Amino acid sequence: MFDILTNNWGLLSTGWGYTIMCSVLALIGSCVLGTLFALMEISPYKWVATIGRVYVEVVRNIPLLVITMVFYLVIPKYVVAINGFTAGTIGLTIYTSAFIAETVRAGIEAIAKGQMEGARSVGLTYSQAMTQIVFPQAIKIIIPPLGNQFINLVKNSSVLAFTSGFDLMYQGKIIASTTLDTFSSYLAVGLLYLVLTLPLSYLMRYLEKRWQTA
Amino acid sequence: MSMIEFHDVEKYYGNKFHALKDINLTIDRGEVVTIIGPSGSGKSTLLRTINGLEKITSGQLIVNNMDLADKKTDMNRTRRDVGMVFQHFNLYANKTVLDNITLGPRLVLKQDKAQAEKKARDLLAMVGLADKEKSFPSMLSGGQKQRVAIARSLAMDPKAILFDEPTSALDPEMIGDVLQVMKKIAEQGMTMVVVTHEMGFARQVGNRIIFMDDGKILEDSTDVNDFFSNPKEARAKEFISKINNHMEG
Repeated sequence: MFDILTNNWGLLSTGWGYTIMCSVLALIGSCVLGTLFALMEISPYKWVATIGRVYVEVVRNIPLLVITMVFYLVIPKYVVAINGFTAGTIGLTIYTSAFIAETVRAGIEAIAKGQMEGARSVGLTYSQAMTQIVFPQAIKIIIPPLGNQFINLVKNSSVLAFTSGFDLMYQGKIIASTTLDTFSSYLAVGLLYLVLTLPLSYLMRYLEKRWQTA
Repeated sequence: MSMIEFHDVEKYYGNKFHALKDINLTIDRGEVVTIIGPSGSGKSTLLRTINGLEKITSGQLIVNNMDLADKKTDMNRTRRDVGMVFQHFNLYANKTVLDNITLGPRLVLKQDKAQAEKKARDLLAMVGLADKEKSFPSMLSGGQKQRVAIARSLAMDPKAILFDEPTSALDPEMIGDVLQVMKKIAEQGMTMVVVTHEMGFARQVGNRIIFMDDGKILEDSTDVNDFFSNPKEARAKEFISKINNHMEG
């Protein structure tokens, strides 16, 4: 088992690097997109809310692998050439953004309507009321489910294995087929995922506690 | 000079519920108007249309010389000049008492921190809560929260303040403090529109009373005591007799 780790460290560390890079990019991208679509969903303008709603419902009800394949196979063929890593990362970003949108929307809606009305009644604009009053309170509600989304995102980055994205899972497959020691290969891969997700899990728990008392 | 003018205002919720029916009402600067009536009579809806929390369906509504039905009217500008005090206070849960009061003046009126805080402290002293500036709303009683909410609205130097059942969510022993503060503001000449069940306030502080039922204004009198002793409409008579019975019982 340790032989697998040491003998193939080059491949594994490369894969690990790609997994981390994909996760960080998709995390930032999906948080931005997710918040944007959450704000659209609760928009007072009906047509904006409808666009947000449709995006979330369509994206979260299609398997991640299908979305990723669209970017890996369909987009390069008809629109623009992108490599497997990019396609996988975009697919993962889009997919996760729908779940983050739902998390953020639920958090904002859990803050009583009165908070918004109180702020608007002194003449604050909608965006001032959101950023000063509603969002700082919603974040405490959003953090725990958001942590789940982040952990899922890191694990879901293994979809890159299907798009030749050079990630951890992709390298694991190669090692398994060359060494024929599938058990140890995937065990090593699993361990390296844990090294990423466990600290993330603890970080989210820490943030949750910190925000709760603040 | 008029502060608030309703001309043939109608308000529907959705297609069905007719919340305000043919409202014609002019409120002058400095008037203290109390609006009473049974639940669901449209009192709160009427009040909430005045600072645009509810939109009117048709007619004309002019507040502080601005036409609220006109799309070009900047509602934030209107709300700056028309304060609102809510039944459930709606203080910002994530801000201290002091920050609750200074947020509007700093963000909307662009006052600097020192200026806004000085004014906030004066107002806190006025409502009897000078020692609570660092508290969060969750640490205050209902009566204290409502007095902070009144201070928050006064900090904007509004031309009028709307009160939506300001004492209905309070324990009985807290109500007096809030009414005292409201009386003080009325004595300073503030234009006030107060939806309330406090008949004592209506009699002692109000200089005009409006009775609503079923979305309509049924009585509108500047002789408040006369209204209570000789209500003209049958519905008003019934309403007042019920309150009085309740008081005696």
